[in-house]
Amino acid sequence: MRTACQARKWRPRIQEDGLVQFPAIIGGVVPVVNLEGVTPGQMKMNGALLADIYLGKIKKWNDPAIVALNAGVKLPDENITVVRRADGSGTTFLFTNYLSKVSVEWKDKIGAGTAVQWPEGVGGKGNEGVASYVQRIKGGIGYVEYAYAKKNKMTHLALKNKAGEYVQPDDLTFQAAAAFAEWSKVPGFGEILTEQPGKTSWPITGASFVLMHKVQVDAAKGAEVVKFFDWAFKNGQKTAEELDYVPLPAALVKQIDAAWRTSLKDASGNPILK
Amino acid sequence: MSSHSSVLGSGGALEIGEAGLAGAATGVRPPSPPRDRMQAQRFQDALFHQVTRFFAFSVLAILVAILGALLYGAWPALKEFGAGFPFSADWNPVTDKFGGLISVYGTLSTSFIALFVAIPVSFGIALFLTELCPPSLRGPLGIAVELLAAVPSIIYGMWGLFVFAPLFADYVQPLLSATLGNIPFIGGLFQGPKNGIGILSAGLILSVMVIPFIASVMRDVFEVVPGILKESAYGLGATTWEVVWNVVLPYTRVGVIGGVMLGLGRALGETMAVTFVIGNAHRISPSLYEAGNSIASTLANEFAEASSDLHVSSLIALGLILFFVTFVVLALSKILLMRLGRLEGEKT
Repeated sequence: MRTACQARKWRPRIQEDGLVQFPAIIGGVVPVVNLEGVTPGQMKMNGALLADIYLGKIKKWNDPAIVALNAGVKLPDENITVVRRADGSGTTFLFTNYLSKVSVEWKDKIGAGTAVQWPEGVGGKGNEGVASYVQRIKGGIGYVEYAYAKKNKMTHLALKNKAGEYVQPDDLTFQAAAAFAEWSKVPGFGEILTEQPGKTSWPITGASFVLMHKVQVDAAKGAEVVKFFDWAFKNGQKTAEELDYVPLPAALVKQIDAAWRTSLKDASGNPILK
Repeated sequence: MSSHSSVLGSGGALEIGEAGLAGAATGVRPPSPPRDRMQAQRFQDALFHQVTRFFAFSVLAILVAILGALLYGAWPALKEFGAGFPFSADWNPVTDKFGGLISVYGTLSTSFIALFVAIPVSFGIALFLTELCPPSLRGPLGIAVELLAAVPSIIYGMWGLFVFAPLFADYVQPLLSATLGNIPFIGGLFQGPKNGIGILSAGLILSVMVIPFIASVMRDVFEVVPGILKESAYGLGATTWEVVWNVVLPYTRVGVIGGVMLGLGRALGETMAVTFVIGNAHRISPSLYEAGNSIASTLANEFAEASSDLHVSSLIALGLILFFVTFVVLALSKILLMRLGRLEGEKT
C-alpha cells in the first residue's frame, strides 16, 4: 500500500499533472507492540491514549491510563519505545489522519501527512523496517499494514472505534469500515476510511490507489492496462482475501468502470474504452 | 625476515637499480630514427598528452557539474529558508519547514565517534603488523584487515541491527550508563533509552567500517620507514614504543593523516549502515543513546517519497551541505599538513 490513501493531500497535484486515480484494494493499519506475556489482540487501546504515546506524554507501559483499560493484562514497568516510519508513506498518512481525528493535541501540534515531524521515537524504513524495529526493541510500539503484523506474528492491539467498541483487526472489520464510504461523493474516489461509524468498524482503514494519465498516448497499451485491472477486480478477490485485504464492493467497481470510460482518453480526445 | 633487514636490503637493491639506469642513459645511444617515424611519434605523444589531459579535466568537469546540479536543485529551499538553512533544527514535512542542523549534527557526531574509536585501534593494528607481529601471522592478519574493507555496507547495517544492537542494548549500554554515565558534564551522553539504536551505535558501526581503511594505510606507510632510522633508534636503546612514537610516526605523519581522512570521508558519506542503526529521528538530543539522523540517512529514507517540491529541494540542499562538509574537511586536512610541514622546516 505504498502510495495508499494520499488522496486528499495529492488531489491538487493529481489534477495538475493530468492524472486520474481509482482505488484498488482496501486494507487496515494496526498498532503492534513487543511486550512479553501479552498475546495478539489481548491488549486494548483507544485513540487518545495512542496519540499520547506517540506525543511522548505516556512513557511507561504500566502508566495508570493504560492499566485502567487493561484489567487482567500484566503490564511491565518498561519504557515505551515509539517506532514509526522514516520514509514518507500512505500507511503513515492513514495513521496520522486517524490520530488527528481522535486527538485535538495531535491535530494542532503534528497534523496528518505521509511524513510528519514526529515528536518521539525511532524510524524504520518501510513496513518491514517498522516491524523489525518493534520485534527488536523490548517495549516497542509501532504501526504496520495488517498483512505485516500477521505475517510476522506480531502482537497487535484491539482498538476502540467511533461507536465505542473494542475491535480486532481483520478483513471483516476493514470491510465494515469500508461499507460506510460514499465513494461517489469525493472526486477521484478520495475517501479516507479512518474513524468510520459502525459497531464493528476497524478505525484505521484505507484504500490503496492506482494512478493513470488521463491522456493515454498509446491508447492500445492504456486499454490493456485497464483490462488488467478489470480482470483483477473480477478475479482477484480471493487472492486479496488470502492476503488479508478487502476486495472492492461490486457497486464501487461499477463506478470505477464508469470513470475509466469518461476520464481516459487517447491523444485525439476519444475514450480509449469502447 | 625482520622488517629492518628487509628495508635495508631493498635500499641496497635500489642503489644498484639507479646505477644501472644511469648507465643506460649515458652509455648506449640508440640510432636516430627516420624523419617520418619521428613525426609519427611526436603526433602520438601529442595525442597521448591531449587524451590524458581530457581525462584529468573531465574529473574537474564532473565535480563542477555535480555542484551545479546540487545548487540548481537546492535553490528553491535556499531561497525559501535563506542562509539559515544549515542552522535550523526544523524538519516538518506537514508545514513545509525544513532545516539542516539535525542531519548535520548527526553526520558530524557519528563520524567523530567513529574516528575517536577507529584511530587508536587502527594505530594498534598497524603497529602490531609492522613491528611486533611474527612473520607467519603478518600475511593472514593483513589480508583479514583488507577483507573487512571489502564487506558491503548493507551487510554492516544488517549485522548492526540484528546482531550488534541487541547485544549492545543488553550488555554494553547499561554498563556505560553505570560507569561513564556518572561522570559530571559528559555523563548525560550515556543516559537514555537502552535499545541499541541511536547516534552511539551508528558511530560504533562506522568505526568498524573505517578501521580497515585507516589501518591498512597506516600499515603501508609504517612499512616504508627506512630501516636505518629505526635501527639507529633501537641502537641507542629505544624501546619499541619510543621508536614508533618518536621515529615512525613523525616520519609517516602525512600518510597517517591521509589515512584518517580517507576513513573520515567514508564515515561522512556512509548511508545504508547508518540508516539501519541511527534510528532516523529528526531530533537533537543531549544523549548519544537517543535516535538521530545523518544527512545520508535522511536522503536515503525520504527521497523516494518526498511529497512536496520544497521537501525534495531541501533534501538536495542537504546533499549540497554534505558536499561542503566533505570539502571543508579535506581542505582543513591539507592546511594541517602544510602547517606541520612548515613547523618541520623551522625545527631543522
